[in-house]
Amino acid sequence: MPENSAGTLAPQPVAKPKIKPPRRLAGTLYRGREGMWSWVLHRITGVSIYFFLLVHILDTSVVRISPQAYNAVIDQYKTPIMGLGELALVIAIGYHALNGLRIILIDFWSVGARHQRLLFIIVILLWIVLVAGFAPRQISNIILEATGHPSA
Amino acid sequence: MTTETIPAPRSSYAPPKKRRVNWEKWGWLYMRISGLFLVVLIFGHLFVNLASGAGVREIDFAFIAGKYATPFWIVWDTLLLWFALIHGANGMRTIVNDYAHRVVLRRVLLTAILVSTVVLLVLGTLVIYTFDPCPANAAAGTLPTFCPVK
Repeated sequence: MPENSAGTLAPQPVAKPKIKPPRRLAGTLYRGREGMWSWVLHRITGVSIYFFLLVHILDTSVVRISPQAYNAVIDQYKTPIMGLGELALVIAIGYHALNGLRIILIDFWSVGARHQRLLFIIVILLWIVLVAGFAPRQISNIILEATGHPSA
Repeated sequence: MTTETIPAPRSSYAPPKKRRVNWEKWGWLYMRISGLFLVVLIFGHLFVNLASGAGVREIDFAFIAGKYATPFWIVWDTLLLWFALIHGANGMRTIVNDYAHRVVLRRVLLTAILVSTVVLLVLGTLVIYTFDPCPANAAAGTLPTFCPVK
């Protein structure tokens, strides 16, 4: 009797494949979790810093018009609202710089990509330390500006 | 034993294309190298202008004149201007290439980035190198103390 008779070739109940779909779209350097969100934050902070830089080059250029014109422009920075803006700027630059160093380590350090998640945690911790170091100084300056001591 | 015959390749030999400059690679590398410089340049800039002393409240024309009295901050600010603006412009170029799918829109945005970058680099460099700490049109009390009394 031939081994593959018509009977054995007939459709049989197929065993379910044992391969499970991934629980979530994650686990690579770029998709989901720390890898992706670090990239999203890097873009948002980068664009914010870029538009500030455009304004900042223009406002600094007023120094070439006259001393009083420059002083009038820079006095706009010595207000509580702009003080909060400066704090936001430092927060954005702090993240962009630290995560930028993380990107360099991922790209050039032989085991950087393997430890990208740990590097991200280190970035966040250093970021918190940086902001904690700067924020009290800046907030005390904001309070001085708000209480009528506009210049030192 | 018979001799093996090797069949002719399916495509004929093509001379390698002339290698062009891989601008994307150099742009990628520039972001990392300039990034390292910018970490030092920007945190130094932020510390002197925003964190030390009375923070932004001590900045005025005389403060700038005092900084630019020595070449140190002139060189610092020149490096900062060029590294930062080109780094930022290249980052914006990447983002425009990622999200602006319509050809006309993309071209308009890329041109705007290029033009604004060139204009601001020229403007900023001119401001740094033509800066006069004791200009004739100064109002009373705005000049640094080292200026000759009129």
